Amino acid sequence: MDFNDTPEEATYRQQVRGWLEQNAPKSVTRPGDLMEDSNDMQGSRDWQRKKAEAGYACITWPKEWGGAGGASWQSVIFGQEEAKYPTPGNPFAIGLGMCVPTIMTAGNEVDKQRFVRPAALGEEIWCQLFSEPSGGSDAAAARTRAVKQGDEWVINGQKVWTSGAHYSDFGLLLARTDPDVPKHKGLTMFWIDMKSPGIEVRPIHQMSGASNFNEVYFSDLKIKDSQRVGGVGEGWRVAVVTLMNERLSVGGGGSGSGHSRVLKLARDISTLAGPSIKDSGLREKIADWFVQAEGLKYTTFRTMTALSRGQTPGPESSIGKVVSASLMQDMANTALELEDQFGIINDPKLAPLAAAFQTSLMGAPGMRIAGGTDEILRNIIAERVLGMPQDIRLDKDVAFKDIPTGR
Amino acid sequence: MDFDFSDDQKFLKSEARKFLDARCPVSVVRGVLDDAAKSYDQGLWKAVAEQGWMGTAIPEEFGGLGLGGIELCVIAEELGRALAPIPFASTVYFVAEALSLAGAREQKAKWLPKIAAGEVIGCFATVERPGTLNDAQVQAKVEGGKLTGVKIPVTDGDIADLAVVLAREAGQTGLYLVELNGAGVERETLKTLDPTRGVARLTFSGAPAERMGEAGEGLSLAEAVMNRAAVLLAFEQVGGADRALEMAKSYALERYAFGRQIGSYQAIKHKLADIYIKNELARSNAYYGAWALDDGAAELPVAAAAARVAASDAFWFAAKENVQTHGGMGFTWDVDCHLFYRRAQQLGLVAGGAKAWKERLVSQLERRNVA
Repeated sequence: MDFNDTPEEATYRQQVRGWLEQNAPKSVTRPGDLMEDSNDMQGSRDWQRKKAEAGYACITWPKEWGGAGGASWQSVIFGQEEAKYPTPGNPFAIGLGMCVPTIMTAGNEVDKQRFVRPAALGEEIWCQLFSEPSGGSDAAAARTRAVKQGDEWVINGQKVWTSGAHYSDFGLLLARTDPDVPKHKGLTMFWIDMKSPGIEVRPIHQMSGASNFNEVYFSDLKIKDSQRVGGVGEGWRVAVVTLMNERLSVGGGGSGSGHSRVLKLARDISTLAGPSIKDSGLREKIADWFVQAEGLKYTTFRTMTALSRGQTPGPESSIGKVVSASLMQDMANTALELEDQFGIINDPKLAPLAAAFQTSLMGAPGMRIAGGTDEILRNIIAERVLGMPQDIRLDKDVAFKDIPTGR
Repeated sequence: MDFDFSDDQKFLKSEARKFLDARCPVSVVRGVLDDAAKSYDQGLWKAVAEQGWMGTAIPEEFGGLGLGGIELCVIAEELGRALAPIPFASTVYFVAEALSLAGAREQKAKWLPKIAAGEVIGCFATVERPGTLNDAQVQAKVEGGKLTGVKIPVTDGDIADLAVVLAREAGQTGLYLVELNGAGVERETLKTLDPTRGVARLTFSGAPAERMGEAGEGLSLAEAVMNRAAVLLAFEQVGGADRALEMAKSYALERYAFGRQIGSYQAIKHKLADIYIKNELARSNAYYGAWALDDGAAELPVAAAAARVAASDAFWFAAKENVQTHGGMGFTWDVDCHLFYRRAQQLGLVAGGAKAWKERLVSQLERRNVA
């Protein structure tokens, strides 16, 4: 048990460091919010192309698709080293992490030839069009209709929570093709050109003030049958491939340094009983947070070790987001309590630590929901890791059109 | 990155599991629980000694196997799973570790081979009053090599041959080796939350005592021993917590209510998921502790405290929610849930409670943050 690289890992890391030293940007003007500024997009595309040409983008993909034919541990090492540089924002994550792997697994040969390389090179950006107003956790409840007319499909409906829809070139769309069969059986997957007529993208204004997601409306969008990904009625099977990839990419730890920011705050701020750093209630909370953040950090080390040994990581990586999101919310709330009346101020120029805790307080609710709610993630752990039976599903053997909607 | 047990360590783990499945089924634990005269299972202790487990981390020159701290962690986890009713922690995590850390060469040569052979049972006697161990609490006195005073509670003090005692000599604290079978020692077995582990009050009246380490180092040595023990205990706790989760899982699958398995209800699913989350966080912290223990790293105080806090929380949570998942049967004497509930408390307190360890952890973080 040690934290050092194996000789093979060390060689690769050395090579990566040398390349980054030569090629990584020394500084970037990264806007806080990708939605607000498209100037950065060129920087992102340039960086992606540079990595792809050197074999550092999509490291685990086969070489003929623009990857490097490498191992997962190489991706991990590259990610660690890249994170030390101020690289531009990454609008490719959803495409390269979820949509394009789905095309690679379920798409036809023409589509693979058409889409995989340009995505790896950062030439084309993808978004994922699954969630709908009537189906968030229940993604198979999608109501967006695709109706066959000759060699075309006509799409009508609405998607929601679509990251990057406004700058995406293509989207992976889950649509209802047959409402007369049970819900999982009447879905079909398509790719669409986001610049087509019949698509309207509207940003969602979040409680945090940011707009990281969109609503996407389809009115008589016409697409060709050749844009189908997988068979008619097999959309759910294809979607599962995408969602498996999503869980891999959303896992993550985070919040690692939160406790040290609270420590700093506690040193600077007094309570009625003296400096708050002396407050035993607060000290116990800091210890609890530290233990959770460290636990997540070392859990990712365990996952990396499995990858490094060429094994499949255990299910422990599934705990990441469910722990880190609540940790972030809990720390933020306690920190604002410490700031006392100043906690009300949400101006980075006035609030302590540039309003870091105000920002995380307003961002945490979204963290607890996006990419699988706390509740869904607990169901997944209980069912897939611990082997508990699925809940009773009232909609399982009912034609989709007859499923109660409460409306 | 190699943050997991090696193949050899995994083999040791599976061999230990097989051995304990055969030699320490729950009936052995209950045999100690239900017999007031018994405070450990002698047969199991002997069998474990034959495996050489007490000497896992003891150097070969002192009769041990000379393996590392990580191998001892592997065994600790399996003993924790099995709720082994033997004085392994007291003897190995506390006394053997104290000897290794602070003992003079002759002291090691005298005691470590006997410990490795399972011939000597040890206990660690520090506390005298309720509350966190501190300097003011240490009233036991050594004068002219004779110890006087009272230590309570001392886990395995009722059966131990050798005690490591924290006492004061000429005002300064020190760690002392005291043989318990000689003159000047009186033991009283105490009623405890977990009768599968024996606990005593030790009253010393002029018992011969031999110091380990320097005068004045007593408290800091005791803390160093506790840091090492905390990591090993964390593995016992993780083992116990995992087994409590397994019990809850299988009951949730076999028990039906309102026409369905109770494990199909989200109230139960989410409870089990929460146990799993805490267990994994505890395991990851324990692994870091194992690394720090084995490596002799400067990070040990932080790593040990984090491992202890996470593992105490996980075992307690798993044990209490395992009872809850079992419903009415869960709080009967006949169903095994209470064995875990008892052991979770015993292990959670035996090297100092979570509150004290959280304070130690934050003090360390403050130092690190200032530096």
